[in-house]
Amino acid sequence: MTALSRETLVSSLLVVMLVAIPLAATMAGEPFYVTLATRIAILALAAVGLNIALGLGGLVSFGHAAFFGLGGYVAGIFATHAFNGEPLPFGFAATTSMPVIWLSAMALCGLVALPIGAISLRTSGVYFIMITLAFAQMIYYFAVSWPSYGGEDGLSIYVRNSFPGLNTAQPLPYFLLCLGVLIAGLVLFQLIKGSRFGTALEASRQNPTRLAAVGIAPFGIRLVAFVVSAMVTGLAGALFADLNRFVSPSMLSWHMSGELIVLIILGGKGRLFGPLAGAMVYVLFEYALGGITERWQFFLGLILLGVVLFARGGLLGLLAGKAHHG
Amino acid sequence: MAEPVLQLSDLRKSFGALKATDGVSLDLRPGEIHALIGPNGAGKSTLIHQICGSIRPDSGTIRFLGEDMAGLDMAARVRKGLGRSFQISSLAPEFSALCNVMLAVQARQGSSFRFLRPVASDGSLTGPAMAMLERVGLEARAKVPAAELSHGERRQLEIAIALALGPKAFLFDEPMAGLGPGGSKRLTGFLDGLRHEAPILLVEHDMDAVFALADRISVLVYGRIIATGTVAEIRSDPEVRRAYLGDAV
Repeated sequence: MTALSRETLVSSLLVVMLVAIPLAATMAGEPFYVTLATRIAILALAAVGLNIALGLGGLVSFGHAAFFGLGGYVAGIFATHAFNGEPLPFGFAATTSMPVIWLSAMALCGLVALPIGAISLRTSGVYFIMITLAFAQMIYYFAVSWPSYGGEDGLSIYVRNSFPGLNTAQPLPYFLLCLGVLIAGLVLFQLIKGSRFGTALEASRQNPTRLAAVGIAPFGIRLVAFVVSAMVTGLAGALFADLNRFVSPSMLSWHMSGELIVLIILGGKGRLFGPLAGAMVYVLFEYALGGITERWQFFLGLILLGVVLFARGGLLGLLAGKAHHG
Repeated sequence: MAEPVLQLSDLRKSFGALKATDGVSLDLRPGEIHALIGPNGAGKSTLIHQICGSIRPDSGTIRFLGEDMAGLDMAARVRKGLGRSFQISSLAPEFSALCNVMLAVQARQGSSFRFLRPVASDGSLTGPAMAMLERVGLEARAKVPAAELSHGERRQLEIAIALALGPKAFLFDEPMAGLGPGGSKRLTGFLDGLRHEAPILLVEHDMDAVFALADRISVLVYGRIIATGTVAEIRSDPEVRRAYLGDAV
């Protein structure tokens, strides 16, 4: 019980830091740090999505950039069409309203994840990793070679999409919006983890034969987890494109998939606040070390090595102790 | 005679030139314990895998409650009412003993596609699960992760999970393995009463337990059933003595 409350303490501290930094930065007139915090929140959300599949279900998807990028392209394509006053393909009306864009991004990612998951989940282990990577690379090369939306050069969003009652062009309101979505994502993760579905999903990770032997087929459980996971990561992608006012195939690339996995391993896989801890360390490293040396990822690699060798529970495991189950 | 619960007819399975299951016919009747014995390598595991649906037979049929099981995977067969335990304990190691049983209770209740309500405070799961742990005498260890249970406790937990499924037939694969004399004796007493809930197909090496429990015994050697009968018949069967029992009886 003490370990559990220690985890709550560490997690609360993370959230307080995430909120305090942009507030202080805004008062000090340093909007750059607000953007940095927004980046943390969005990457954390993307990793929360992946954490459903990877952390709870043990499904090491090396293709989640596909969903992150697709979400980004949905935001970019909506913005571009709305800016030019053209309707979307298939006659949908273009809009800059974020709620509509988010739902569209999640719907698209869910639809794409369904066949990818249905095929990939027939394999396991290293083959699952490779096949998810292959699907993501197919979508990456499709984006590179499709000229309508910028191809390799990517697509600029001239005006950040809008949210009712909020000036999203300002850094602080946009940060708060992203923070709100991140919190919603965290709540969803925690609900899933504690639910019947989450129990079955975690059992499928620990011992799929056991799950089958009580009469629950692991495939269906995993497929639903994969789809939900993709939808959350896709939502993060839409936010990310709006943050940068730019979306390009790099959001779909395997580097991005790897980065999302790194965030989870770094923070603590399967843990509620693991992705947030991971995203904070990652982005702060990128910023702090990136200012000193271009080779900052070398040092990040060293840290990752240390975490994998000496702190299997990730940074949260190191700070808050072993994870507990009911 | 009552309709058999489980019926294998002329089941065959080969791996290359090896006939692991060579025309096995066997049935399990209501209220009985039917023991399946045989030396190592006789094909007991292969047979169990076929009954559970993890290996597909080359030919022959498996009927359970009158229904052909061909094409159904393990999970589907379990949902039909086939409750099994494993030769080597197969549990969710990170989950507590209670949570392992709750998984079975949840499966029995139906859908696992419920995303919001927390299971930890769900009395319709914890209540029955705790009752099953009490039946096998594991209630004091309910909160302990399965990985930290002793070997014997894991065997008990396997039984509790099978009970929680409320099956129409039990398939126990060497439940006595590694239990020690005291543990075997307790489990023997427990299984003795269980046959009235659902018939048991018992694969077991512990001959004391088999002779104490079995209504009928089938002897599997090189993929074939060489004899089926009561304890007395099997004990006195010369072929069985030669092939398997040796000087043990």
